Amino acid sequence: MSIASGKFKVILFGLSKALPLAAKFYPAYAERLTERNLTAQIMARDEEVGRWFKIKNGRVTSRAGLHPNPDVTIAFKNATLGADLLTPPFNWLNQINAQKDFKMTVDGPEDLSNWFAQTVMLLMSVRLDMGVPQKDGTIRYCNMANGGPLFVYVKDGKIIRTTLIDFDETDPQPWSIMAKGVKLTPPRKTTLAPHGQNSKAIVYSPDRALYPMKRVDFDPNGERNPQNRGKSGYVRITWEEALELVSSEIKRAKRLHGPGVMAVSHGSHHTWGNIGYYLSALYRFRNAVGHTSVHHNPDSWEGWYWGAAHHWGYSLRVGQSETYGTVEDCLQNCDMVVFWSADPETTSGSYGAQEGTVRRQWLKDPRLACKVVHVDPFYNSSAQFLPGKWFAPKPTTSVAMAMAIAYVWIQEGLYDKAYVESHTEGFDKWKAYLVGDEDGVPKTPEWQELETGVPARDVRALAREWGRKRVYLAPGGWGNGHGGACRNQTGIQWARVMVCLVAMQGLGKPGVNMGNLQWGTPVDFNFYFPGYAEGGMSGDIEGTSLPVELYQRMPQLPTMNTSNQKIPRIFMPEAILEGKAEGYLWNGKSIEHQFAKVNYPAAGHAPVRMLYKYGGSMLSTMNNTNRHVQMYQSENLEFVVNQSIWMEGEAKFADLILPACTNFERVDISEWAALGGYGHHGQQQLNHRVVIFQAPAIKPLGESKSDYWIFTEICKRLGLANYFNEGMNEIDWVKRQFEASDLPEYITWEQFVKKGYFVVPTEKEKLRAPVSFRWFWENRKKDVPEPLPLPSDYAGEYLKGLQTQSGKLEFECNSLIRANDPERPPIVKYEPSWEGPHSGVMYEKFPLMMLTPHSKYSFHTQGDGKDSFLLNIEDHRVKVGDWYYWLIRMNPQDAADRGIKKHDLVKVYNDRGAVLCAALPTERLPRGVVHGYESCAIYDPLGEPGKSIDRGGCLNLLTPHKTQTKSTHSLAGANALVEVEVWDGKVEHMSETFAKMEKAAEAAAAAKVEDAMVMEPAK
Amino acid sequence: MQKWNMIIDVAECTNCNLCTLAIMDEYVDNDFPGYSAPMPKHGHRWIDILQNERGQGTQLDIAYVPTMCNHCDDAPCVKASWNEAVTKRPDGIVIIDPVKAKGQKQIVDACPYGHVWWNEELLVPQAWTFDAHLLDHGWPQPRGGQVCPTGAMRAVKVEDSEMQAMAKAQELEQLKPELGTKPRVWYRNLWRYSTAFIAGSVSKEVDGIVDCVEGAQIRLFQGGSLMATATTDNYGDFKFDRLPPDSGAYVVSITTEGGMKRVEANVTQSVSLGEIRI
Repeated sequence: MSIASGKFKVILFGLSKALPLAAKFYPAYAERLTERNLTAQIMARDEEVGRWFKIKNGRVTSRAGLHPNPDVTIAFKNATLGADLLTPPFNWLNQINAQKDFKMTVDGPEDLSNWFAQTVMLLMSVRLDMGVPQKDGTIRYCNMANGGPLFVYVKDGKIIRTTLIDFDETDPQPWSIMAKGVKLTPPRKTTLAPHGQNSKAIVYSPDRALYPMKRVDFDPNGERNPQNRGKSGYVRITWEEALELVSSEIKRAKRLHGPGVMAVSHGSHHTWGNIGYYLSALYRFRNAVGHTSVHHNPDSWEGWYWGAAHHWGYSLRVGQSETYGTVEDCLQNCDMVVFWSADPETTSGSYGAQEGTVRRQWLKDPRLACKVVHVDPFYNSSAQFLPGKWFAPKPTTSVAMAMAIAYVWIQEGLYDKAYVESHTEGFDKWKAYLVGDEDGVPKTPEWQELETGVPARDVRALAREWGRKRVYLAPGGWGNGHGGACRNQTGIQWARVMVCLVAMQGLGKPGVNMGNLQWGTPVDFNFYFPGYAEGGMSGDIEGTSLPVELYQRMPQLPTMNTSNQKIPRIFMPEAILEGKAEGYLWNGKSIEHQFAKVNYPAAGHAPVRMLYKYGGSMLSTMNNTNRHVQMYQSENLEFVVNQSIWMEGEAKFADLILPACTNFERVDISEWAALGGYGHHGQQQLNHRVVIFQAPAIKPLGESKSDYWIFTEICKRLGLANYFNEGMNEIDWVKRQFEASDLPEYITWEQFVKKGYFVVPTEKEKLRAPVSFRWFWENRKKDVPEPLPLPSDYAGEYLKGLQTQSGKLEFECNSLIRANDPERPPIVKYEPSWEGPHSGVMYEKFPLMMLTPHSKYSFHTQGDGKDSFLLNIEDHRVKVGDWYYWLIRMNPQDAADRGIKKHDLVKVYNDRGAVLCAALPTERLPRGVVHGYESCAIYDPLGEPGKSIDRGGCLNLLTPHKTQTKSTHSLAGANALVEVEVWDGKVEHMSETFAKMEKAAEAAAAAKVEDAMVMEPAK
Repeated sequence: MQKWNMIIDVAECTNCNLCTLAIMDEYVDNDFPGYSAPMPKHGHRWIDILQNERGQGTQLDIAYVPTMCNHCDDAPCVKASWNEAVTKRPDGIVIIDPVKAKGQKQIVDACPYGHVWWNEELLVPQAWTFDAHLLDHGWPQPRGGQVCPTGAMRAVKVEDSEMQAMAKAQELEQLKPELGTKPRVWYRNLWRYSTAFIAGSVSKEVDGIVDCVEGAQIRLFQGGSLMATATTDNYGDFKFDRLPPDSGAYVVSITTEGGMKRVEANVTQSVSLGEIRI
């Protein structure tokens, strides 16, 4: 016997004692052991040494030596390897390599082998002590919502309360900024967005999907009745039945139709946590199974990706720029911040809770002498909070206002000519367009007034003030883009012209930059913790930013989708209904990737016949979504499964519902606002970086399960469980994530699990990240801590200049010269919206421009509906009779003209559909503009789906799905033409989509009759 | 004896509703014996945010005012209750005992602020308890004060004399002080909600081009007396704020290098005069 085999034997002997011992001390472990009866063997193949473990009715017996007939065998090539891999602390790279090189193998039924592996791994975590007991008898855990980190107080298995996190005396002291003699310091606590504080209500929502359910008239072996999706009810089934159904449908569809037959569609967001996030567990699952991906458009980035990137690069930030150091620079050096379609007080920087609010509040200190102006058709929350001049251009038109500002600067010499000369390219071309040399139309303030409705004199006054001051331009919620006007029909032009304005004023000079204090705090950027876009446990080295850093730090089995088929998301209904769709690539590797086409179907692939849907978001977040209703009812979808936490939105269009639990009922790990990937260093929205151990505060409600559990169980039936989870429990992945980060340098795993949170130490002042674009202005090498653009994208010397071909800010974009796209000329020009005052008959019929920005209280569909606390907020929903209606805001004159009073039920409609809302007349909107948030959670048609009015508030039923330009896969639906009238009580409203379908059906029927008549004589 | 007071800064309230949500989070489905029975999920607004839009057009101002049980020192609810169902604690907090107060709907009716709420299911009057059960466990702030991101809502525990001095120094006001109930909730910048303004924008046309007039002298008269003066900013904008609502007719006189103009304004609520061309 070698030394190695001796060590191996000792380890296995130890394991045989550890299993019953754990059962003795930990009831949960004892219970675990009762779940399966099996004989498992762990052995070394060369020396044939090993030990078997028999688990029966919760009792463990074990003997050294080989069993003649084990159910499960875990075999190592030799004892040395076995001893090495079984000795903690585990070296994950060695583990993975052993599997890749077939030096470690697993044999036996998937369910048993995976269960056994997980049971052994559970020994590592069963003893963990989570949570901090409180004086009032509660235990305080931590968790992370999209709306911020939470203390979760639990008593008797029930969440009592959730609060923000107040730091204790051991946590770091905050940073300070000295600005104009004022010392500015954020408070030592985290903040929450409203939807974060709403967490308890959505966990205990009566709308939770708590049991697996099958559509009552869906029979996989008989009539599937797809036409009844959204109409028929459900019958409760067991998990066993549900898992059998979904796994057999996956096998059936692949066998019957071929690869790519299953499409996987998820929303843009999920409940928080790096393991359970959609980019993690779901991606690993969908790659393991093979799928047609529903290729997303760049959501809230649209105009920046398809437009701004051509002027300054930043494709790996989806066209939005670097933001480092801008909080300090803005406070110290800036005289005025121009919020342009920017409402950070509403959108919270996506995940930044109210962190930016704290900083923007500093702007109100007169000692900082920093003015604020707001450009937005809606007097938004940021304008309310930070008083300043309000400009209210009609939706989609502020491009013209920006051009008039540039025009005034040119006429009056109010821009940085030297900078334009040295740091930009193509200005003369744009200048010629602005002054009218190109088309005979000078883009004067008077010219823009006809488009925007903003008085010329005000624009001139703004241009003059701006031209004389050091100004931060803050487009979009992040202050460097995101949300706002980039999502409407002229969004590409708008993002482009925003870059042109800062280029004229000397981007990078002290006090001249982009930002609104939402991004750019002086936190430590060298401390590593992975963001969610780094893919967690996905193994997806193509579809996430895993390969950048996390893959090396957290070795895991790679996963790769074998299907090359993609559906461009905006045209998903067309792909299913008509069998074809065309879009363009969202891939940030270079500026030019966006020119690549995405064609569905892909050559040689099967058309999609099955949909694996995650959640219920599409009907309210995509555009003209009666198309999606129709898609769901198509017989081209033979099977729809929806894995959802709540019964909402389109969940009720599925044939099978798999009830997932919330992040408060499962374990996970995450950092606040850590996006990673295209949102690199999203933590710079925060005043403090906070990493959270997301302890399971309560057991999953009903029969709901974690996504991880659901995927594991489906995979077991496909023989993929050991590949999917590597034999790990969720908490083992959480620990791997912990070990992959810089946390172990500061806190032990046990301490972290117990305390639940870690505040990253404050960065020393002299080590703070430099100010963005300062290097560019000073003609130095790029020195901000972001690994982009990719090295080969520098035309000259590495790190010198921007990603553009010239390395400069390009008024005339070389990439667009090469693309030769008539809708995106090399210089930005104003082309009015195709859905606005220039739309002719459509505008006559539907004279109100409807803004649909991101919501203030809910986060997309999260937090809305579900009988949650948010329903009680009168600016979110209003109760009229027995229903909480979505709000449509309108100018009091427009309301009066239509006989509409406050909280009247009104029909908001156009040819695409009709939505029942409660009216809110308000001076916050100019005439001709109405406002209602997009992304409610409820879709509730009062009659036939697609043919009746929706009372859920799904305003995206009414918005156009046409892309901003033909050559981009860009949402344009943040503005739509509608009419609003007092509701007459009528339920029917035929959508264009369904009218067309019925017409086509009638024509087909008529053709049939005609055919029959022609055929008649032959009878 | 130090006592609790709530100070609310109207100018810093963003209507984020975190305070109202925190209250729902704390009390819905939770029973705190001796302090409060569970709050119904819907229908009660223990913290209720009022709002006022002032002005028209682009000269707009919106203010939010969180209101709640005022924990009055001379509380009508205490007087209206039987069996000592409502008591005043030495630290200033008014508690409606959820057991003793059962069935006593008159306690709801007694509150002149409308901030005692009737629980139809449990048949008890309820109000915001100042989160006394948390303060008694050592919490430094009630939920609203903890969660408020701007510090618009902050509780302080001070001697009454100190509170009076603070109120004077910081121009704090109470809601409906004339009722004499001696509220313990104080407001800063309440004028943003309760008063009216007259605003306008001065312009002039030169050679066919209209521009804003900066530096125009604006005077506000009422009944022939000069009430206030102002100067237009670079957008030609001026504003006279903190006027009493329904204060009637005013005359705004505008003096620029180019001339003079008088405009009449009748104040019921705030008035935005819009563009005034000289």
